[in-house]
Amino acid sequence: MSMPTPMPQPVERENYLNTRYGVWSWLLTTDHKRIALLYLLSITFFFFIGGFFALLIRLELLTPAGDLVQADTYNKLFTMHGMVMVFFFLIPSIPAVLGNFLVPLMVGAKDLAFPRINLLSWYLYIIGGVMMLHCMLTGGVDTGWTFYAPFSTNFTNTKIVEAGLAIFVAGFSSILTGLNFVVTIHRMRAPGMTWSRLPLFIWAHYATSIIQLLGTPVIAVTIVLVAAERALHLGIFDPKLGGDPLLFQHLFWFYSHPAVYIMILPAMGVVTEIIACFSRKRIFGYSFVAFSSIAIAVFGFLVWAHHMFVAGMSVYAALVFSLLSYAVAVPSAIKVFNWTATLYKGSIHYDAPMLYAFGFLGLFTIGGLTGLFLAALGIDVHVTDTYFVVAHFHYIMVGGAVMGYLGGMHFWWPKISGRLYPEGWARLAALIVFIGFNLTFFPQFVLGYMGMPRRYYDYSHMPEFQVLNVLSTAGATVLGVGYLLPMLYFLWSMRYGKPAPDNPWNAAGLEWKTASPPPTFNFDEEPIVTWEAYNYEELDAPRKEEVPVAR
Amino acid sequence: MSEPAKSEHAQSSPLKMYFSIWIALLVCTYITYKAAFIELGQFNAAVALGIATLKATLVALFFMHVWHASEKLTKLVVIAALFFLLLLLGLTMTDYATRPWS
Amino acid sequence: MPDSTVIGLHHEEEHRPDLLHHFAEPQQQRDAASLGMWVFLATEIMFFGGLFCAYLVYRRWYFGDFAAASKSIDATLGATNTAVLICSSLTVVLAVWAAQTARRTLLLGSLAITMLLGLTFLGIKGIEYKDKFEEHHVPGASFSFNNVPIPGHPGQYADPRHAQLFFSLYFVMTGLHALHMIIGLGIFLWLFTMAWKGRFTPDYHTPVEIGGLYWHFVDIVWIYLFPLLYLIDRHP
Repeated sequence: MSMPTPMPQPVERENYLNTRYGVWSWLLTTDHKRIALLYLLSITFFFFIGGFFALLIRLELLTPAGDLVQADTYNKLFTMHGMVMVFFFLIPSIPAVLGNFLVPLMVGAKDLAFPRINLLSWYLYIIGGVMMLHCMLTGGVDTGWTFYAPFSTNFTNTKIVEAGLAIFVAGFSSILTGLNFVVTIHRMRAPGMTWSRLPLFIWAHYATSIIQLLGTPVIAVTIVLVAAERALHLGIFDPKLGGDPLLFQHLFWFYSHPAVYIMILPAMGVVTEIIACFSRKRIFGYSFVAFSSIAIAVFGFLVWAHHMFVAGMSVYAALVFSLLSYAVAVPSAIKVFNWTATLYKGSIHYDAPMLYAFGFLGLFTIGGLTGLFLAALGIDVHVTDTYFVVAHFHYIMVGGAVMGYLGGMHFWWPKISGRLYPEGWARLAALIVFIGFNLTFFPQFVLGYMGMPRRYYDYSHMPEFQVLNVLSTAGATVLGVGYLLPMLYFLWSMRYGKPAPDNPWNAAGLEWKTASPPPTFNFDEEPIVTWEAYNYEELDAPRKEEVPVAR
Repeated sequence: MSEPAKSEHAQSSPLKMYFSIWIALLVCTYITYKAAFIELGQFNAAVALGIATLKATLVALFFMHVWHASEKLTKLVVIAALFFLLLLLGLTMTDYATRPWS
Repeated sequence: MPDSTVIGLHHEEEHRPDLLHHFAEPQQQRDAASLGMWVFLATEIMFFGGLFCAYLVYRRWYFGDFAAASKSIDATLGATNTAVLICSSLTVVLAVWAAQTARRTLLLGSLAITMLLGLTFLGIKGIEYKDKFEEHHVPGASFSFNNVPIPGHPGQYADPRHAQLFFSLYFVMTGLHALHMIIGLGIFLWLFTMAWKGRFTPDYHTPVEIGGLYWHFVDIVWIYLFPLLYLIDRHP
């Protein structure tokens, strides 16, 4: 039972990493923790691909003229960037990596409810990913990730059907993950783990799963309709037959708006865990945060047509959707208030996960508020399809979701790998990410407000946009460096990092009560939960006696 | 003697119930078919869909055992799915029903 | 001294060979499987729901043309198929009851008849598709729907373009339904094989139950498709 690592573990124990070796023990695993790592490798790969396209976009936009690539190529670049980042990075990221790893641990189970379906879900993701890669390598798609009809159905000659099928298959991966989480959370909680004792990370993933389950099938059938229209000439959206292109948009956005909540809710769950731990306080307003997650999931289904305000929909319906879009901001705001109240009078520690959480707080708030700008019909008419929208969603997706993902990876890295990452480098990387991010995307708010349209490769009609574009591209380079650093030092830590104790952060949560890394079946004995969530007062009690704090 | 430890209500003779539901479903189908040939104006659609909903409900409650499900969760899942389906249909119709130029 | 294997696991495996290792009790495993299938059916409701949404929009817009197109498909065949599926739902619940009460012959017979009825459904569907193909009602280059009167509006003829929309929806909706039917047949073939090998007992027959749930769902979808597609405006 010896472990062939250069840095010997002080105690040799069976854990999920060393229990069996060989490629097949990984490719045929049903252990949720190994599947999480399989996902980690895959989504990181696609993050690079999506990032590569982003780099090319930003390089083209350095100059007003369209001189780096042709217009059609540029269309493909932003399309592939969007499709890869949305479907193959952001949507799986936290749920498939951190969720898969932590959900059974946090509820006190030995595995997810359906381990083989979990493995199937990874294979579906890989199959979808390979299909998407093949599509990109053989010409790609140029419709934008939103593949609106009738351009996508009747006029473009790029590989819509293949890309659509890739997304369809990846969508089923997402559905199965959601299904697994819902059944696990309902049926596999350890004795004493009542709903009100669950970590809010679990509530967030439960809400995310609801969206994955109920929304993804609608885009799946929409893809079927588009594929049928292209391949079999069954025209449902064809204006020549009396079809309505807006029907496509309704069906598309019915999923794709809730999809953005699939991307952000897990990050919110991560941030909640981090803020509680690094303020050494229980989360303020547990029930509010829990129910706001469910509220976001439900309300998120009520607002989709705010993407269609200028597309030709009824203005009366637009009023309704505008109002509902304001309503959906409320539960998110409730979370921000509760996180802030948790920080208040907390004992704040500025470890790397907390730096990412702070970054999330500010950037998500900005992104969310600008969403409200867009929800107002009067403003939306002016800034829709400009860089204002691009900046808005990148603030949430990158400033929010990706920061949440990175914060979570740092927070749980010791548990996942059994190693500590180098804290100094991690804090530096967090800072670089924050600076790079703002430098990339803040100028885009200004650009959009000034009128620069999105998805344009050439802005030579308004050369005054160049300065801001150059700033944005410079920021993207910095951001890239910031992203590269964690990849390097995480890898480094697997060989040279200090072995991690069971609970390096002295954090609350069942996952910290087992070894780092955990044994294959998670716990040596089935846990029996008798304490409330976020019991930081109890966890810190001995230390409080040693160091009296003047108040 | 092993009693199946099922979460469902143990029926002494569910067969009678199954066959009754079966007959009811066939009768409803017949009524739907016949009613379609009668002039009811706007109510043709309502009758057809109403009977369809009745049939679906019978299948769900009695053939899929939702009626006797001891778990409230099953009912919640069904209701949630129907709720979101109605959202899709209803909110989409807020657009189509209020376009003045259509 | 930490030991990752759960104490007593091997004992449980001896007495309860169907209990998967990550479940504590057979009831938990059953409940998980049942909830899993119901949640999956919820996703299927949304999957078909998108098609019903498209149908709703266009039926409202082009009611007359849709009525004319609907009249051209055979309502008797549709009603027959509805009856076939209803009978198959009966045989499915009989199969589940047979598994619950250890009636092997009834179980095998019910599963077999279910599959037979499913094949009958597909056969009738095949006839309908063939008819549509011959009448040039399949959307595409050879589609034609000329001089078909709109029911209830003498002198008015259906717009072929809108009729093509109807048939597009008809083929996608019934096609997707038929695909689910075929998958259902595959599932029931597998159930039949397992039942033949004696895998199901009153204590363990979860696959029959959840396979049954799937089949009933496919039946329910058809219960809605029948009036919506076949009976839009049939009165003379």
